[in-house]
Amino acid sequence: MKQVDRREMNFLERIYLVSIFKGMMITFSHMFKKKPTINYPEKTRPFSPVFRGLHILNRDEQGRENCTACGLCAVACPAEAITMEAAERKTGEENLYREEKYAAKYEINMLRCIFCGLCEEACPKDAIYLSETFAPADYQRKQFIYNKNELLIPHPVNDPEAYKKALGNRVKRPTAN
Amino acid sequence: MLLVIDWPLIIEKLVLIIIVVMASLGIAMYTTFAERKVAAVLQDRRGPNRAGPFGILQPVADGLKLFFKEEIIPNFSSKFLFILGPSLAMLTAIMTGAVVPWGDKITLFDREISLQIADVNVGILYVFAVVSMGVYGIMIGSWASNNKYSLMGGLRAASQIISYELPMGLSLIALLFVTGNLSLKEMVLQQQAGLWNIVYQPLGFLIFLICAFAECNRTPFDLPEAENELIGGYHTEYSSMKLGFYLFSEYINMFVSSVIMSTLFFGGYDIPFVNEANYDPNWMALFGVLALMAKAVCFIFLFMWVRWTIPRFRYDQLMNLGWRVLIPLALFNMLLTGALVLLKENNWHF
Repeated sequence: MKQVDRREMNFLERIYLVSIFKGMMITFSHMFKKKPTINYPEKTRPFSPVFRGLHILNRDEQGRENCTACGLCAVACPAEAITMEAAERKTGEENLYREEKYAAKYEINMLRCIFCGLCEEACPKDAIYLSETFAPADYQRKQFIYNKNELLIPHPVNDPEAYKKALGNRVKRPTAN
Repeated sequence: MLLVIDWPLIIEKLVLIIIVVMASLGIAMYTTFAERKVAAVLQDRRGPNRAGPFGILQPVADGLKLFFKEEIIPNFSSKFLFILGPSLAMLTAIMTGAVVPWGDKITLFDREISLQIADVNVGILYVFAVVSMGVYGIMIGSWASNNKYSLMGGLRAASQIISYELPMGLSLIALLFVTGNLSLKEMVLQQQAGLWNIVYQPLGFLIFLICAFAECNRTPFDLPEAENELIGGYHTEYSSMKLGFYLFSEYINMFVSSVIMSTLFFGGYDIPFVNEANYDPNWMALFGVLALMAKAVCFIFLFMWVRWTIPRFRYDQLMNLGWRVLIPLALFNMLLTGALVLLKENNWHF
């Protein structure tokens, strides 16, 4: 336990100038300290590989959508941010969708989403995962309901660079299929 | 003709006035920027760095913003006084620069031009008169606002400036014992020939410095503004450029008092360890101006450094310090200096 010091102030303490000088030396020393601030838009902090940012709908190596609209992500979602509508793959669409069933509509309300990553964990097809993109900004609330156009990863064959960029340095979990 | 007008003199002085006013406005502008930067580095932050390279256009952006803000004159205020307040604050802030010797003489177009607008033989008294008028701007503005917080701020400003003008004047009297005259130009010439006045008057300088902080309403004496207790004090009701004028006049005051302190105690435009007579006088005059500016910048930095280190005094502490510490100390300093000067005149015989 520390005793509270209740001595009368001595002369040096009472003229106050010494303490002011001490304080000023402390602030002066801070001039030469390294600033912890990062100049944000120019520089960004490195992310952990498990960072949970905005969602991405995945494609396989040939550019086919992984999602089969099973709805497990929507069930797992605690914020109920995911909506989807399933449709059946027609003949001739094999290069678009990997399996016979696909999501015709897939929407995530980013204002509801809490970025817990449970959808990623629930997905049996490695179709959805959380990327490193964050801090989206827009003028209207309705712009935050992301549809398939905004969620899908760029095509790996047609646009390999954008695909790689979107993939980031995420560690892929081995999938069960 | 009975009245011969010396036109070149008038033009010369007019140009000088324009330069001095513009320079003090420009310096005040960048002092606001420097304040934010200094505050930032003292607190491990980066400060404004978005407008232009290193943020050097920040004061321009701030000024533009203030210009384009809506101008609100409360309908319960007295309009004339409401506008008079900031104008007066600005006016008195700029007026002080008139007697400051900014530099030595320069020779241009076969004319000797003194880099001082007016070499008044009671220069320092003029400075005092103008500085103490500065409080009217604050008082009138706060009164006209018809707002209790503004009025409190104005009251504090008035009592504070009156309290601290006394020790300031007393410390100055001691300085005048040493220099023997009131003209700022003469004081600089004396310091150029001999030692700087800080050597003769260290205690006087300390008192003067503390009082200068109080007169400029700078922390730790910023009770008239006191953001967190008086919501900005005397300028609570002000907006747009009228607020800008108040803030600006504070920075001009800071600059001018830095220059006055450099002139009174640190040799003005004297460059230390250099004998000015050995070199080209025009260049030396220019370097002299730069030397004065360098000294002023050091003082401005001190102002900011103190502001971002020391918290505000309580009101009773302020009054205690002014009346029960500084005035007796200044009186003691005055008597001591007087005795020593007398002894010296007497060749150190009692």
